[in-house]
Amino acid sequence: MKHIISVLLENEAGALSRVVGLFSQRGFNIESLTVAPTEDDTLSRMTIVTCCDDDEVEQITKQLHKLIDVLKVFDLADSGHIEREIMLAKVRANTRDLRDEVKSISDIFHGQIVDLTPDLYTIQVIGSSDELNNFLTAISQAVDIVEIIRSGVCGISQGERSLRP
Amino acid sequence: MEMLSGAQMVIRTLEDLGVDKLFGYPGGGVLHIYDALLESSKIKHILVRHEQGASHMADGYARATGKVGCVLVTSGPGATNVITGIATAYADSIPMVVLTGQVATTLIGSDAFQEVDMLGISRPIVKHSFLCKKATDIPEYIRKAFYIASTGRPGPVVVDIPKDAQNPQLKFPYNPVPLSEISMRSYNPTTVGHRGQVKRATRMVVEAKRPILYIGGGVVASEASAKVYDLAHRFNIPVVTTLMAIGAFPGSDELSLGMLGMHGTYAANMAMHNSDLIIALGARFDDRVTNNISKFCPEARIIHVDIDPSSISKCVEVDVPIVGNVNTVLDQLNEAIREIETNGGIDSQKMKADSEGWWKLINGFRQAHPLEYASDVTPGLLHPAKVVEEVYKASKGDAIVVTDVGQHQMFAALYYPLEKPRRFLSSGGLGTMGYGFPAAIGAKIANPDSEVVCFTGDGSFQMNLQELAVCLQYNVPVKVIIINNRSLGMVKQWQMMFYNGRQSESYMDAVPDFVKLAESYGQVGLRVNNESELSDVLAKAFSIHDKTVVVDIIADPDSRVYPMQIGGGSMADMFLSKTERT
Repeated sequence: MKHIISVLLENEAGALSRVVGLFSQRGFNIESLTVAPTEDDTLSRMTIVTCCDDDEVEQITKQLHKLIDVLKVFDLADSGHIEREIMLAKVRANTRDLRDEVKSISDIFHGQIVDLTPDLYTIQVIGSSDELNNFLTAISQAVDIVEIIRSGVCGISQGERSLRP
Repeated sequence: MEMLSGAQMVIRTLEDLGVDKLFGYPGGGVLHIYDALLESSKIKHILVRHEQGASHMADGYARATGKVGCVLVTSGPGATNVITGIATAYADSIPMVVLTGQVATTLIGSDAFQEVDMLGISRPIVKHSFLCKKATDIPEYIRKAFYIASTGRPGPVVVDIPKDAQNPQLKFPYNPVPLSEISMRSYNPTTVGHRGQVKRATRMVVEAKRPILYIGGGVVASEASAKVYDLAHRFNIPVVTTLMAIGAFPGSDELSLGMLGMHGTYAANMAMHNSDLIIALGARFDDRVTNNISKFCPEARIIHVDIDPSSISKCVEVDVPIVGNVNTVLDQLNEAIREIETNGGIDSQKMKADSEGWWKLINGFRQAHPLEYASDVTPGLLHPAKVVEEVYKASKGDAIVVTDVGQHQMFAALYYPLEKPRRFLSSGGLGTMGYGFPAAIGAKIANPDSEVVCFTGDGSFQMNLQELAVCLQYNVPVKVIIINNRSLGMVKQWQMMFYNGRQSESYMDAVPDFVKLAESYGQVGLRVNNESELSDVLAKAFSIHDKTVVVDIIADPDSRVYPMQIGGGSMADMFLSKTERT
């Protein structure tokens, strides 16, 4: 089962490597990881996506909490949450038909064309991981993909719940 | 305000934290600090002969006293040499602070001479680590290191100090916060147990028919022995101890069933298996205790008290988890018991009857297979258990016992009962051969008036025997009992039992003369060739108080440690001797 773990930690050298090290050391997998400072630049906020069973996610959460740099940990997938990921996709669109096709698929997914050359379109799409996967399926049926890059998920709880120090 | 250099700040901070013993070895990366050390009258430095020795000595010092052990070594190889000692302390939750030199910040990352990424190398085996990039970081980071090492679940902390941060020419105001005022927003270990869970646990304790106390290193770390004793005696609950908790409950007490686990006593393992309530205090259901988890104690409900939430339900799913300091939680438990009692919630008639039935069963286990080695004795050869028994007599059962790792460790754990905590020091989690002798030196330095006995083997002793020079230099008189079987006994035992007797590399056909070796370091060497010499030689050894005595005892190379759990089975599945099994 997919878990989205949100971590609030000290924005200090070595903090990230402790988190990443923990996952490899204890044999947990990481599907994606994003990290950046918060509005308080002494703190970083991290979102880790991992696929595992409930027992394992309990161990992961406890082990993360045990790291001295970590202030707060919780599993966003436990309750209502918003998850967003950004994807940049560079595709070959060297005919008018293909360019129209790319434009219309990208409109369906609320994407934007952010760069273009006579042969190539680069599309930016923002959404949940599932939405990005759907976009990827659709666009790959229409044109050749040159390269894609995904940011990994960042997430936040819905409503009152928040991750504050 | 006082102006100090980074190097002086290191020493002053250690002094202010009450460090009186520092185990270390100088080198390029810490020369400034060693220079500042010359000005200190409060810190006694012990110069080891290999940095690994320093880490085990600090560990032995910490286990024997409960204080933080402190190590100072240089960058590069100095730092890598303490890795095994750090891992040993981490596995057994021992408070330790390791100060390592580092190349100057301007050189970090350039593959400079004696540069290693110490924070990276040590990351999986430390509780936390710090890099002091500036001299002014030093007082704060070392204080935090001591705070982290000694609170919550204790453990080792590394402080890496680049050479330019130590610069003796640059002075800064020294104005540290006291240790008592250190606080960290990201680190607040839970010490008090959840009230509701304590209540549930209390009810289970008074209602259980066949309860058992399974105690571990957390009882020692939280100084909770007296409270465990009171709880056990109040309800006549049998007590089993892990290797880490030996001595935390008096070994000669009628309620003590001894050590449990892979080489635990028959009674301890059978009582665990047949219990209906396990009260686990500061123990972590290690695989060397539980045997096959799916067959673990089928009828038992489990209360687990541990300060580390990640230890709870990690190996075995528990019914009542209580995160907290064992000492504090036992206070809460006692109070809750009093409450139930005043409300008339304890049926003492029923408890008494249940307890009698339970003890009848346990005493049956005790009588069926008491601890014995007679069936394993080869005529004419000395059995290791006999050696331990005789050392017990010669030391009047009152020594601090330190062990290395292997068969002798298990024989010591089984045949030298300890009555008090912090008197049985052994590498439990990591199983570090070479730990015993330096740890014994650390324990002796911490307790100069106590007899310190190190049980070791010819294999383990050869891993750190260079520290005999420390005994010579600082006049540290310990007793080293080498149970010499010219073999790696435990390796051989497994090969005999599980590899069709194929003894791959477990025989040492070139063992040095340990008597001459001890003499070459200015210490006393004695040898026991057979059983008839044993008690006299030991009496002589224990009459010498001013020198380390190495007693080389030629023992049976084919002895085996029994009982031994049968792999894949439950706690009740054991080999009891070469020919007998449950």
